[in-house]
Amino acid sequence: MNEEIQSFTISIYTENNIGLLNRISAIFQRRHINIESLTTSQSEIEGVNRFVIVVHMTENKAMKIVKQIEKQVETIRAYYHTEDETIFTESCMFKIKSDLLFNEPQIQNIVKESYSRIVTVNKDFFVLEKSGRRNEIESLRRDLNVFGIMQFVRSGRIAVTKEEMKVSEMLKAFDNQ
Amino acid sequence: MKETQTINKAQGVVNAPVRITGSEAIVRCLIAEGVDILYGYPGGAIMPVYDELHKFRDKIHHVLARHEQGAAHAAQGFARISGRVGVAIATSGPGATNLVTGIADAQIDSTPLVCITGQVPSHLLGSDAFQETDIVGISTPVTKWNCQVTKAEDIPAAIAKAFYIARSGRPGPVLVDITKDAQFSELDFKYEKCKGVRSYNPVPKTNMEAINAAAKLINNAKKPMIVWGQGVILGKAEAELKAVVEKAGIPAAWTILGASALPTAHPLNIGMVGMHGNYAPNKLTNECDVLIAIGMRFDDRVTGSLDTYAKQAKIIHFDIDPAEIDKNVKTDVAVLGNSKESLALLFNALNKNKHESWLQKFKDLYAIEFDKVIKDDIHPTKEGLTMGEVIAQINIESKGDAAIVTDVGQHQMIACRYSEFNITKSNITSGGLGTMGFALPAAIGAKMAAPNREVVAVIGDGGFQMNIQELGTIFQQKAAVKIVVLNNQFLGMVRQWQQLFFDKRYASTEMTNPNFVAIAEGYYIKAKKVTKREELADAVKEMMASKESYFLEVCVEKEGNVFPMIPTGASVSEVRLS
Repeated sequence: MNEEIQSFTISIYTENNIGLLNRISAIFQRRHINIESLTTSQSEIEGVNRFVIVVHMTENKAMKIVKQIEKQVETIRAYYHTEDETIFTESCMFKIKSDLLFNEPQIQNIVKESYSRIVTVNKDFFVLEKSGRRNEIESLRRDLNVFGIMQFVRSGRIAVTKEEMKVSEMLKAFDNQ
Repeated sequence: MKETQTINKAQGVVNAPVRITGSEAIVRCLIAEGVDILYGYPGGAIMPVYDELHKFRDKIHHVLARHEQGAAHAAQGFARISGRVGVAIATSGPGATNLVTGIADAQIDSTPLVCITGQVPSHLLGSDAFQETDIVGISTPVTKWNCQVTKAEDIPAAIAKAFYIARSGRPGPVLVDITKDAQFSELDFKYEKCKGVRSYNPVPKTNMEAINAAAKLINNAKKPMIVWGQGVILGKAEAELKAVVEKAGIPAAWTILGASALPTAHPLNIGMVGMHGNYAPNKLTNECDVLIAIGMRFDDRVTGSLDTYAKQAKIIHFDIDPAEIDKNVKTDVAVLGNSKESLALLFNALNKNKHESWLQKFKDLYAIEFDKVIKDDIHPTKEGLTMGEVIAQINIESKGDAAIVTDVGQHQMIACRYSEFNITKSNITSGGLGTMGFALPAAIGAKMAAPNREVVAVIGDGGFQMNIQELGTIFQQKAAVKIVVLNNQFLGMVRQWQQLFFDKRYASTEMTNPNFVAIAEGYYIKAKKVTKREELADAVKEMMASKESYFLEVCVEKEGNVFPMIPTGASVSEVRLS
C-alpha cells in the first residue's frame, strides 16, 4: 500500500441525524488528524446526507479512518478516493468596492478572463463568485488583492467520484430483507 | 397505572396503543426488553421515571447505587456474567457525567449497556440550566450509539433501537438522553422491538473462500498457535473454539478478556498472552508459523512492539468488526463474521492433527516460568504473604467454579494468571480502559445476575477506595459478594514501574490506609483481616463458606512484583522473568 502522504477525498453517506457530524469529526480529532475541508449536504438519495472530507495522509491511514467511520451505526457507507478518482471543485466569493469596477478597467478583464460571475452590484460593493480548482481561485484572489478585497470566502471541496457508489442498491437490499 | 392493556412480554409488543406518559413508556419499554434489574441513582431530571419504577417495582428491581459510576460498573458486571444487556439510569448533569467512565469502559471492552439519562426540559436546552450538561456530546466518542429524545412519542423507538444496537454485532454501550418534558407528556404507546437499522450491518457475512484459505494455512502449519479474545465469549462460541482446538491439536492462548472461554485445565490451554501473560505463549508468538487470532484486537498490551510481533507467521484474523482487520497487525487471511458461525465452518474444513513436539515447547517454557516465577508466587517460602498464594487458596475453595471480578493493577494480573476457571464468563475485569474502582460495583452486578454462582471480587487497596461507597449497595441489596482486598499499602503496579523504570522514586504511590475491617463492619458486612500465612487458609475457607457477603483483607508483601513482564515497547520475545 502506498505510504506517501497525499490528498484523499473521503465521501460518507449517512442518515440525517443530529450529532452525527460530531461523531464523525471526533474520529479525526482522536487521531490528531487535521481536516482540510468538510462539506455536508443532501445526497442523490432522499433523506441521506453526504459528507465530503479532504485530508492529507497515507493510504494506509485513510483506509483505517474510513473503516472507523463506516463502523458508526448511522453511517451507510464511506469511501476514500485519490484526486485522480474524483471530479472536484471549490467555490468562492469576493466582496469588492463598486468604485473599483468603474475606476479600474483591469478588473473587468480579470472577471472576464477568470470566468467568474458577478452575483450582485450596488452603489457600495459588488460580489463576484467563481467555482474551480484551488489554484484558479488562488490566482484570482491574488489578482484582485492588488485592488483591495472587502471580504473573501472559499468553500470546502465538493467532489463526485468516477466510480459508481451503489448506495441506493444497498438501501434497497435492506428494505427487501 | 393504566392496566387496560397488558404487555405481551414474549413478543415485546402491545397489541393496541395505550395512552400513557413518556416516563411510564420508558419503564414499559424496559420490561418489554426483558429487563428485570437496573442500576441507578435518582435526581431531578429523572424523577418521573423513578416514580414509574416505584409503581412497577414488582416487575423491575431498581438497585440504588451509591454513586452513578458504581451503577454503570454494576450494570457492566451484570452484562459480563450473563451476556444480557446491562441497564443504568441517572439524572442529568453530574448524574450523567458520573456514568461516563463506566460507558467508556464498556465501549473499549465491548459490553452491552443501555444508559438512560434524564435531561432538563427541552425549552431549557442550551440555556445553562441547573444540572444541564451536553451528555450526548460528552458521550459521543465513548458510545456505540447515542441520541436525545425531546418528544414522548419518540421514546419507544429510541429505546428499542438502543437495545438492538447495544446487543447486536460487536456489543457496546448506548445512551438515550430524555428530556423531562418528554417524560411528563403523553403518547399513544405501542412497543415494537427493533429488528434492524438500515445503515448498520451488525454481522458481516462470513466468506467461505476466507474460511478455506484459513483452513489451508492451518492444515499445512507445523507450529500453529491460537490467540483468542472476548469475541469467543461474546459470540457464544466456546464449544466451537474447543472443537477447533482439539481437532487440529493447536495450542491456544487467551487475552485477558478471553479468559475462561476454555477451561484453565484444558491440556491445550497454554495461558495468557500480553504484558504480564505467560512466558511460553509470549515467547512462542515469535516462533509460530501460523497465528490464528479469534475475536481479539491485537491490543498494545498484547503485542508489545508491533515491528517485531509475529513477523515470521502467517496471520489469520477472525473478527466481527471489519475495522479491527489490519488495524494493528497486517492480516494474511481475514475471516469476518460471528465467531460461533465461522469457527463451526472452520472446524469442517480442518484436518485432524496433533503437534506434540510443538506443544512440548510450551510445556518446557512453562517449566522455566514455574521454576523462576510461579513457584514463588503461589508456594512462597519466604516471609510475607503473596497475592498469588491468596488466589491459589481461593482456587482450592472454589474448585474453579467461582466468577472472579478484578480491579486494575498487580492483583488483577496475578488473579488472571492464577485463577482457575471451569465456567465461561467467569473472569470479569476492566481490560481495555483499566478502570480502578471497577471491581466492587461490577461484582454486585455479577452476583445479582447470577445469584447461584460464587462471585469473588479481588481488589487492591487503591482500587477498593475508588468505589468503596458501594459497600452500602452490597449491604442494602444483601448481595452475597465476597470481597478480598490484597493490601500492599501501595498503588502496586505504578510502584513496580517506579522501581524498574524510575530508579525507585516512589512518587505518590504509598498509601496510608484506614481500618478496612472497621469500614466493612460499619456497613454490617462480616469482615476479617489476615496478616500471617498460617491464618490464610482458614480465613478463605470461612469467607467462601459464608452465605452472606464477606470482606477479607489480606496484608501482602509491600514490594512484590508481577512477572513475567514485557517492558513497554519491547518485543513479546523479550518477556522478562525477573
